[in-house]
Amino acid sequence: MAHVDFDALKKTPFFDHHVAAGARVVDFGGWALPVQYEGILAEHACVRENVGLFDVSHMGEFFVEGPGAEAFLQRMTTNDVSALNDGQAQYTVALYEHGGIVDDLLIYRRGEGRYLVCVNAACIDKDWDWFSSHHTGADDCTLENASESWAQLAIQGRTAQALLQKLTAVDLSGVAYYTFVEGALAGVECIIARTGYTGEDGFELFFPREHADAMWTALFGAGEEFGLKPIGLGARDTLRLESKYCLYGNDITDKTTPLEARLAWIVKLDASDFIGRDALIAQNESGIPRRLVGFQLQGRGIARHGYEVVLNGEVIGEVTSGAHSPSLGTSIGLCYLPSGRTKVGTEFEVQVRKNRIPATVVKTPFYKRPY
Amino acid sequence: MAEIPANLLYSSDHEWVAIADGVATIGITHHAQDQLGDIVFCGDSPEPGKKVEKGDAVAVVESVKANSDIYSPVDGKIVAVNEELEEEPELVNSDPYGKGWILKVKLKDVDDVHELLNAEQYEKLVENES
Repeated sequence: MAHVDFDALKKTPFFDHHVAAGARVVDFGGWALPVQYEGILAEHACVRENVGLFDVSHMGEFFVEGPGAEAFLQRMTTNDVSALNDGQAQYTVALYEHGGIVDDLLIYRRGEGRYLVCVNAACIDKDWDWFSSHHTGADDCTLENASESWAQLAIQGRTAQALLQKLTAVDLSGVAYYTFVEGALAGVECIIARTGYTGEDGFELFFPREHADAMWTALFGAGEEFGLKPIGLGARDTLRLESKYCLYGNDITDKTTPLEARLAWIVKLDASDFIGRDALIAQNESGIPRRLVGFQLQGRGIARHGYEVVLNGEVIGEVTSGAHSPSLGTSIGLCYLPSGRTKVGTEFEVQVRKNRIPATVVKTPFYKRPY
Repeated sequence: MAEIPANLLYSSDHEWVAIADGVATIGITHHAQDQLGDIVFCGDSPEPGKKVEKGDAVAVVESVKANSDIYSPVDGKIVAVNEELEEEPELVNSDPYGKGWILKVKLKDVDDVHELLNAEQYEKLVENES
């Protein structure tokens, strides 16, 4: 196996903790990050049955603040930012004029005219350029890219709340899904958000990176009785795919619109004149040509990202995400199929090396938590 | 440290070979399964009876994260494929030199194994790669 030149890679403040915990560290888009510790299947099960901790500090944080912040974000994103109350979070996308997706984002409203925008790690520079290039003095708000000074941890699993409650006086039972509070946790002022990317209950914590060591130690101290384990990117991917959360760069890209990706629920055409709105209106009128579906392979094998999708003998696209599902024990994936051919039960094939393996469109999410 | 039994031969592609009665039993090494991680699929082997040459792809082993082609380290004819791996591919992780064997090839020339490495040579190769 090839050497990873860690010196050339960006590191989160938890790098030494990953190494000490026995992580296999890989180059993930220029970041030195743990792909696994004890093994992807065990880590996946730990989150589904118990609780796990993810270092997601590579993700980016932009602060948008000022009287014009709401109007600016309305223009930059498809969802309705004005619908947010203080302490609420919102899933949304930023679009190019042609309707392709710049990135998928979470917007947190911290107060009147005070927003945190969480962006994908691989998109930080691109998003920053995009936001900056559309930002003028007339917008009456400031943009700050705090990605390098903030850390982020996700604690995911059914006992996440009980675990974190040991470390904070804030009543976490009052923090509903897609809301957040700001308060001290383990003595560190944090944004404590009930959000995640696993399909389990859980929280994401944002805090300045100088507190990283103290936070890691406090969380694993409090987490011991709950069997808390660190979870790598490998399980993060299988967990999110089972929950049908899109991965930017795979399932959604600058060549897919949110309507095609079945993200119409985060597109509010009447809320504002956001960038890309005209393209979406035009696509609604002309007809959405294809839609993202979840499928299960019916034969043996694993459908992976990039494998050809074959409908009626014709190659019509690629698997956008695919994996062995640890929870289901089958091969699952996502791909785009022509509109009208996307019903549950629709059959097609995936080219797995030399074989075309039958696949069936299934209901998503593939996995739903039982509590 | 990866286990490298002294009585086996090895390929530079991290396969092990055990030769008995002119038949080579082939699997992947402890080091190889460790690098792959949790194995969730093993298959795509030709049917027994098929002739193979060194370097032919004779199986695919897939972990959650990656897949890896297994190339025949010998010339010969496939005489058996481990069907247990169809249901229990994780045997390649848990018992790579035992129940996790992948296929058996009847050697075309019993003496044609000089390109394979002994345990000591293979250990050096693993050290150099890590």
